[in-house]
Amino acid sequence: MNSFLQDGLAIEFRDVVYRPVHGQEIVSGLNLAVERGETLVLLGRSGSGKTTTLKLINALISPSAGSVRVEGQATTVWDPIRLRRGIGYVIQDAGLFPHFTVERNIGLVPSIEQWPAERIRARVLELLQLVGLDAGLRSRYPRELSGGQRQRVGVARALAADPPILLMDEPFGALDPLTRAELQREFLALQQRLKKTVVFVTHDLREALLLGTRIALMEAGQLVTVLPKEEFTRSSDPLVARYMDAFSGGIDGKRGLE
Amino acid sequence: MSVFQFILQNHEEVLELTLEHLGMVAASTSLAVLIGIPLGILITRRPGWEKPVLGGANIMQTIPSLALFGFLLPVPWIGARSWRLAVLALTLYALLPLIRNTHAGIKGVDPAVVEAGRGMGMTDRQLLWQVEFPLALGVIIAGVRVATVISVGVATIAAALGAGGLGEYIFRGLSMVNNQLILAGAIPAALLALAADVSLGWVERRLRVG
Repeated sequence: MNSFLQDGLAIEFRDVVYRPVHGQEIVSGLNLAVERGETLVLLGRSGSGKTTTLKLINALISPSAGSVRVEGQATTVWDPIRLRRGIGYVIQDAGLFPHFTVERNIGLVPSIEQWPAERIRARVLELLQLVGLDAGLRSRYPRELSGGQRQRVGVARALAADPPILLMDEPFGALDPLTRAELQREFLALQQRLKKTVVFVTHDLREALLLGTRIALMEAGQLVTVLPKEEFTRSSDPLVARYMDAFSGGIDGKRGLE
Repeated sequence: MSVFQFILQNHEEVLELTLEHLGMVAASTSLAVLIGIPLGILITRRPGWEKPVLGGANIMQTIPSLALFGFLLPVPWIGARSWRLAVLALTLYALLPLIRNTHAGIKGVDPAVVEAGRGMGMTDRQLLWQVEFPLALGVIIAGVRVATVISVGVATIAAALGAGGLGEYIFRGLSMVNNQLILAGAIPAALLALAADVSLGWVERRLRVG
């Protein structure tokens, strides 16, 4: 294999198996590469191993076999704290700290990285603007925000220390359809500017087709196929076809997803 | 003579015994906080220690207080002064609610919040002091509240050792078969317990987040 090409990968899974100490394999024989600057969507039903795959990247769990490489280095070799501070992490319902204000939530990583207070303040204001939130919200607590606002704060928090990689675990899953569509559009615009390497977990094919540059379909802990989104809709894979079927037929009952 | 007349006539002595009582409760609860909260935190970090520590504190709670005083009597330095003895016994009683609530409070923090913190690269120490402990504080204070109320009650028995406190009146009343004297000890003790419960309850509500 060409070592230069390997160096160009942001994240790489090599024959990765994950099995909890007591339990069945959740991820089996996973081989997957994520290129710098792309948005790779992990698509699959509940329990297919998407979230587990994501947690293998920021070393919240370690592979039982094989290796996960981030920036060319195995996650088991990385200092987990250093590794995670270079990876933004957004989860469903945002996972904001309920006892921190918006400002402290967003400034969390900069503050544990011991940035000077002034620089953190400036960064927080910059991020609030970036995710389309009013600066006046910075002294609010998460419970005083709407679901959409909380999720924006979650995105801002993940971006705070400008990490090159962003992991997003169904970040828009709990939002109402209108707010979700709004955040999806903003995510696309943001990604155009920031060019982060994004791994995005969802079970929603529409979301996958909208946001992903490539789509990796997972089922029962295995990677079924990984395709650029243009090819995904034309794939002859039976599972892909089933997905297309399940999501086809909009409100007006027309078949097909074009 | 009614209880209240008795208390009014002897208000200086009542006040002195109340202060003695409070002193024992304050000393033992502080000690229990200093031991119980770190121990409660420790067992969330070392799951193997969870059962023996909670089990030990549980057993302590089941020993009758008079028997516990008796067991501690031969302990050097401690046994030499009845006040020390009383404070140590009260501390041992107060440990269980503190250890258990600290443990339960930290374990009860929303796992998604903890995982988000871990995923963003917080160290275990940062996670504990910036996230888990502050979020568990309401439950921990509830433990302090229970421990304090238990201590106010058990401290009346300390008078049997000559450690003073409002139990003096109760034991004196018991031996003289004088109900008024018993009540003169029991009523202020009950009021103390109520006051501790209400004030710590207020602190608890203020510290609960969410």
